[in-house]
Amino acid sequence: MTIDWLNFTPWTALAGGVLIGLAASLFVLANGRIAGISGLLGSLLEAGAEGRGEKALFLAGLLLAPLVWGLFTVLPMIEFQSGAPGLVCAGLLVGLGTRYGSGCTSGHGVCGLARMSRRSVVATGAFMASGFATVFVIRHLLEA
Amino acid sequence: MRKLTAFLAGLIFGLGLLLAGMANPAKVLGFLDLAGNWDPSLALVMVGAIAVAIVPLNWARRQQQSLLGAPMRLPVSSKLDRRLIVGSLVFGIGWGIAGICPGPAVAITLTGHWQSLVFMLAMLTGFWGYGVLQSRRAD
Repeated sequence: MTIDWLNFTPWTALAGGVLIGLAASLFVLANGRIAGISGLLGSLLEAGAEGRGEKALFLAGLLLAPLVWGLFTVLPMIEFQSGAPGLVCAGLLVGLGTRYGSGCTSGHGVCGLARMSRRSVVATGAFMASGFATVFVIRHLLEA
Repeated sequence: MRKLTAFLAGLIFGLGLLLAGMANPAKVLGFLDLAGNWDPSLALVMVGAIAVAIVPLNWARRQQQSLLGAPMRLPVSSKLDRRLIVGSLVFGIGWGIAGICPGPAVAITLTGHWQSLVFMLAMLTGFWGYGVLQSRRAD
């Protein structure tokens, strides 16, 4: 392993993390809900889910974030490394997997770890491990 | 009031993702590439987020109601079952292919990249497929 010092951005990463933590704190303190994006979005697709208004408004804020950002400064770079087939496979796996596993990077990785949930520790370990393994296979075995 | 806080929480969450670099799939993949030229930035995103959220979330765990009077809806299960583990492993594979997880997927939907729309449609299909499989199982 070598560290990519050129792309290492510790301060914006920490500051962005602090904002994410503040948002998750606000949502639980004010609305009593976990800021887990796969759960919020997935449950909007289910008939008869409770709290649709609040869930939809949270997601609307998230959706509009780049437009609000764009009012003040240029958007940060967004660079994709997969083509359409990769994006379709990835999206399907992320959609199915996060619903089966009851959470994603936000629900398990941030909120779950912060409230010291045993399930979230295991889930985060699992998706990090398979994420590392997948990138290893793609970059160092298939593309090597 | 709760409608406003929900919207603001989502907005701040999205601004945080953009600032942190989580909305850039290439950066996420740089973090997941342990064996290559590793960019550890995203570990610090989690450190920052958890450091801020740890006190409010643990306080919330012991409350019946939120500060604005909403019922506290926190997960209560502590069961480590196969669904949790298999689901998370599958999610990680998808995350590793494209470098996009659900939060950033929503946050980059309106940035004008066709890729984000393709990913979002596929992810929604995955959510929908999960719902279909669940209702079949219930029958």
